Amino acid sequence: MIEVGDLRKFYEVHRREPGMKAAVRSLFRRATTTVKAVDGVTFDVAPGERVGFLGPNGAGKTTTLKVLSGLLHPSGGEARVDGHVPRRRETEFLKKITLVMGQKQQLLWDLPPAETLELNRAVFDVPRALFRERVSELSELLELGGLLTKPTRQLSLGERMKCELAAALIHGPKVLFLDEPTIGLDVSMQATIRTFIRHYNERNGATILLTSHYMDDVAALCPRVVVIDKGTLSYDGRLDELVRRVRPEKRLVLHLERPVERADLASLGNVVSLGPAEAVLQVHQDAVSATVTRALSSLPVTDLTVENAPLEEVMSELFSRSRAAREAESAAAAEAR
Amino acid sequence: MIRPGATARALPTLLKVGFAEAVAYRAEFLVWILSTTMPLIMLALWSAVARDGPVQRFGQKEFAAYFLATFIVRQLTSSWVSWEMNYEIRQGTLALRLLRPVHPMLAFAAQNLSAQPLRLIVAIPVAAVALATAGSSQLPRDPALWAMWCAAMVGAWLITYLAGFAMGCLAFYLESSIHTMELWLALFFVFSGYMIPIELFPPGVRAVADWLPFRYQIGLPVEIMTSALGRGEALAMLGWQWLWAGAWGVAAVGLWRGGLKRFAAYGG
Repeated sequence: MIEVGDLRKFYEVHRREPGMKAAVRSLFRRATTTVKAVDGVTFDVAPGERVGFLGPNGAGKTTTLKVLSGLLHPSGGEARVDGHVPRRRETEFLKKITLVMGQKQQLLWDLPPAETLELNRAVFDVPRALFRERVSELSELLELGGLLTKPTRQLSLGERMKCELAAALIHGPKVLFLDEPTIGLDVSMQATIRTFIRHYNERNGATILLTSHYMDDVAALCPRVVVIDKGTLSYDGRLDELVRRVRPEKRLVLHLERPVERADLASLGNVVSLGPAEAVLQVHQDAVSATVTRALSSLPVTDLTVENAPLEEVMSELFSRSRAAREAESAAAAEAR
Repeated sequence: MIRPGATARALPTLLKVGFAEAVAYRAEFLVWILSTTMPLIMLALWSAVARDGPVQRFGQKEFAAYFLATFIVRQLTSSWVSWEMNYEIRQGTLALRLLRPVHPMLAFAAQNLSAQPLRLIVAIPVAAVALATAGSSQLPRDPALWAMWCAAMVGAWLITYLAGFAMGCLAFYLESSIHTMELWLALFFVFSGYMIPIELFPPGVRAVADWLPFRYQIGLPVEIMTSALGRGEALAMLGWQWLWAGAWGVAAVGLWRGGLKRFAAYGG
């Protein structure tokens, strides 16, 4: 459904030092540098797949999504979405996709969201009967209630995002590019949006490419992740495999009947945290069953769970490793010169 | 490519939603309309000048007819597309328009045109005042001239809109296109007949004004409306006006296509 081959997007950026002297100098001569926002990224997404597109700020995630939705012309390489070349922005292509940006809105600010929905019905040429059916379905799934008839400016952030999703999906797109759709939302609203996205994917077989800094979104929605850093791909595969590879340790969460000594825990594994009623141990995945047996026999354990390291930690470690690799690479290059 | 058939079907809704937006901003919008009162100020000024005797063919009545017609033409042919485009390109919000299968050139046009009913609310009373003060003798009797006036109004709006769109597109290439638009407006105020009837210019300046597009934005429809032009002259100028509209159309499409390749969709 989505094919990306050696995709590149470079920007020419003006550089100017602060201060009056630099300002005057920039009148006559402008220094520019080329920023490689996306530098040779290749991946495919199958129809109906839900893929998390992850990376630190400035990694090139949003740029890639914008290229795939036809907003940006790539500097090189190829991108195809359901056989269409996005930059051509053909009507058939635009009817098949949607891009939801958590930090930008398409809703008309002073009018109720119903007006934006009606506008989208007209421009996407959705038959009226189908439009009514979709509005009622989206209203039910997103619990829109009376939100569609309230002026957009009077809606809360979460309410607005729900209406934003309704406006973005009224034409029934097959491919959803979701760029931070839960940003700034409270925990329960995040959960509502996640449930809705999963439901939309299952019901319509839609393909989803999602970026989010909230790892709960990724864990709940995306069995596969594509990780990008400084414009290049650093991982493409199953999320659980990524966790296993980056953090092969498991966490044992022990619920305790009474407080225990740190030394007693330290003999079993790395102590991540210790409280009067709960302790968290980190052990290698091969040692999990042996450690569980020892913990149950030697400590006052009332309950025990085995977990992966939090996804935030996994990602943070992955990004710091690739940063370190890049630094080592540039140091080696400098030495060779 | 975007299909013209589907766009035509969407047009009534684009106009309807645009009108709803204009109504939502009604207070601000009316204040903005009333801020374009320069022709009324010029009317007072020139009427004072003509009190002691006519300036060429312009007596007080003729000035009243000219500047009230200018006010009406300006109300019904103005466009703010260049400011909107400049803002949307710089903020990256143009991205949201690009996701819809309707050409932004048409979407902006519908948005601009949908404010016309509100503008008529202001223009109609001014027309009534013009009739009462200058009398109907200033108006052309020839129906063909009225047909040409209608074509000239469409042509005037097209030049204003397409030039604005083209200049808005400059924001793709420059950091901001606002100053270019301000320069354009300064030339417009002088050479369009907005502040001084073109007839009152010295012959050399008038010849330059005839070649420039500004006169066809205001001067031409006003001159037809105030019986200053005969059929032949009006027709020739109409041809020149539509040539300018075509030229700006080509420029707008070219700048749009080139600009889109440079669009960075910043933000978000």
